[in-house]
Amino acid sequence: MNAPSKAQFTIERQREVVAALRKLLPEGCVLFNEEDTRPYECDGLAAYRQLPMVVVLPQTEAQVVDILKTCRDLKVPIVPRGAGTGLSGGAMPIADGVVLSTARFNRILKMDPYSRTAVVQPGVRNQSISDAAAPHALYYAPDPSSQIACTIGGNVAENSGGVHCLKYGLTVHNVLRVRMVTIDGDIVELGSEALDAPGLDLLAVFIGSEGMLGVVTEVTVKLVPKPQLARVIMASFNDVVKGGDAVADVIAAGIIPAGLEMMDKTSSRMVEPFVKAGYDIDAEAILLCESDGMPEEVEEEIARMSEVLKSSGATAIAVSQNEAERLKFWSGRKNAFPAAGRISPDYYCMDGTIPRKHLALVLTSITEMEQKHGLRCANVFHAGDGNLHPLILFDANKEGEFERAEAFGADILELCVQVGGTITGEHGVGIEKINSMCVQFSAKEIEAFIAVKRAFDTAFLLNPDKAIPTLNRCAENGKMRVTGGQMKFAHLPRF
Amino acid sequence: MEHAMEQVLQQFRDRIALASAGNMALRIQGGGTKDWYGQEPQGDLIDTRPYAGIIAYEPTELVITARCGTPLVEIEAALNEKNQMLAFEPPYFGPQSTIGGVVASGLSGPRRQAVGAVRDFVLGVTLMDGKSDVLKFGGQVMKNVAGYDVSRMLAGSLGTLGLILDVSLKVLPKPFHETTLRFEMEQKEAIEKLNQWGGLPLPISASAWHGGVLIVRLSGAQAAVNAAVQKLGGEQETQAEIFWNELRNHGNEFFAAADGPMALWRLSVPSVTAPLALEGEQLIEWGGAQRWLRTSADAATIRSLVQQAGGHATLFRGGDRRNGVFQPLAPAVAAIHRNLKNAFDPSGIFNPGRMYKDF
Repeated sequence: MNAPSKAQFTIERQREVVAALRKLLPEGCVLFNEEDTRPYECDGLAAYRQLPMVVVLPQTEAQVVDILKTCRDLKVPIVPRGAGTGLSGGAMPIADGVVLSTARFNRILKMDPYSRTAVVQPGVRNQSISDAAAPHALYYAPDPSSQIACTIGGNVAENSGGVHCLKYGLTVHNVLRVRMVTIDGDIVELGSEALDAPGLDLLAVFIGSEGMLGVVTEVTVKLVPKPQLARVIMASFNDVVKGGDAVADVIAAGIIPAGLEMMDKTSSRMVEPFVKAGYDIDAEAILLCESDGMPEEVEEEIARMSEVLKSSGATAIAVSQNEAERLKFWSGRKNAFPAAGRISPDYYCMDGTIPRKHLALVLTSITEMEQKHGLRCANVFHAGDGNLHPLILFDANKEGEFERAEAFGADILELCVQVGGTITGEHGVGIEKINSMCVQFSAKEIEAFIAVKRAFDTAFLLNPDKAIPTLNRCAENGKMRVTGGQMKFAHLPRF
Repeated sequence: MEHAMEQVLQQFRDRIALASAGNMALRIQGGGTKDWYGQEPQGDLIDTRPYAGIIAYEPTELVITARCGTPLVEIEAALNEKNQMLAFEPPYFGPQSTIGGVVASGLSGPRRQAVGAVRDFVLGVTLMDGKSDVLKFGGQVMKNVAGYDVSRMLAGSLGTLGLILDVSLKVLPKPFHETTLRFEMEQKEAIEKLNQWGGLPLPISASAWHGGVLIVRLSGAQAAVNAAVQKLGGEQETQAEIFWNELRNHGNEFFAAADGPMALWRLSVPSVTAPLALEGEQLIEWGGAQRWLRTSADAATIRSLVQQAGGHATLFRGGDRRNGVFQPLAPAVAAIHRNLKNAFDPSGIFNPGRMYKDF
């Protein structure tokens, strides 16, 4: 397991910290009894658990300032937490630390259709921004699959994407401004309500920093006009490589689809009995290819994409005829994770990104790894942007299966790095992939990341032990990046 | 080629090590087309142009990777062949412009309002830091959240954190169709219209208001552009391509006059900001969010008015540059800047003072 240091707290230490925090917060905002702190022991990566010493639920920015200053003085590490839907253990508590929940920062402060922006507190759910914007025919574009539950603060921490980010971008492209508190208790604004801000683009480095640089208290997001119409094409292929090539052909034809997703046969067979989306379960790969915009535009794009897919060897093509059918086509893809949970007691979702041209090699290698590790794997793929989600199926109650799943996952990530990709496209490093960071980055690069953290978090107390490994950790795990001819897959071109 | 590039890298390493040992400033320069931007460059010249060439271009992956000294014209020609583009339309202030300079300056052109700025398209950067170490941040893929996103921060960093060695940028297909419309309209109405239109699903890719005329470009599928023309009205602009090129490269009459005695300011404000009561002439871009001002008004007046509006002002060209060209930073933000500078450039050798005096 990758669990961090398990330094347990003493009752005296807990009393000291609780007493200090209680002076700052109203009744009921400081939790320390086990039955109250238990719900915070893990996030969406439930295999990793740690009971926190204290949980705080501040309601105002001034309270956040006080909490951070106090924790700095007492040298208590802090783990910020939104809805706890993260899939990489970024919000997993630290044994002798404080979990700072943004649950009570749940108000939309301003919804301004004229400037197409909303100012929201970090605990506001992603979906509720779009719901509040809907009367103005606007919405917030990034749509991670957890959007009904996940919060914008968490999205900022993880730079969340979604199925539409090829066309509409990630969180970093859709957030204008973040207001946050540093460990020193300074209130800092990054970005602005204009399109840029003076100085270095600190907003860009803050987004995706996994709660390690500051605690967010306010976010200004961009809203975009809701497309009048969306239609999706479902195309079948008798070969995954052909499916991958078809994606390249669509892009080469000058089209950026609103969504471009691929599922392998294992995945479609996994979801079809569950959701009855009408998937062709004999196809080796299914592509979902969406167009959105003005009706005239959608019609033109659907015709153009259908042509391309046919000439790329699609064995069958269906185009959604109405909104209900569009949602049905998508339901299979969107339910891939629950479906995995239905056919297997446990599953482990990976998140590597690869240059798409290496898809065939990566999928073939994953098939070989299934043999090696004795576990099955279903693949769903944000094909447009190369983000692969292999779902490793296992049973945690069977001796050694979790460890095998972890090893399988680490092998996949190593392969992603070797072909020129990355260990995480959108789920973050958290605690889960921290050893794989040593595969992707050199010691000097990891030192640079640590220096960036120190530039913001001078006391090194915000979510330490996450996302950026210490060099000792890399050395202990024997994962330090090797160079040149020693690499696996050395024959592959890379740059 | 590879060997030659290795030699250039070694020269960079040696220069940086030497400068670092002697605390001597290095002035990083590509084509030198933007030397006038920011505070005056200081130090010994380190010319990035020998480190040039497109390393990889994968049209179907929508990614191009090039060394810092690669001329922008070379990159755009390669993209053009595959009917793709740098969608943020970086301005040319001269034909020698390099991709390193494009990223370091962080300047974007007319299409920025629709697609995003340089930083939105940066996927990865290789940087040589103040210790001559070569560091890779980001990568060649669209989605990547491993490690902090240092590469996007380098866009607009004016070479203050290190020498950008190569950069990977997301590219986009060119639109199938473009049309430009022209409307007679006063400034206030133009700002209102641009913001109203911004809330509608219209394929507006660029806009410019100046002297009572609003010009709007529509880009996308033929059907979408046609439908938008129906909806918006206005007259078709016949000299569209020249107009947008001149605007992008600051080649039109408004910017040409900026070489005169008056200063040219770039005001970055929320798009909905009402007309700013500042003396001089304005040209408005990016749906109202970027306002160019040719004026002799004093810096304090401009900065305070723009700051009140929620924006910031840059003394872009000319004017009295002694008191700094960029809007001063809040103390806590300035402290983070200094910490980052110390992290990447501990001896303070890279483009000192180019962005801020103590930075």
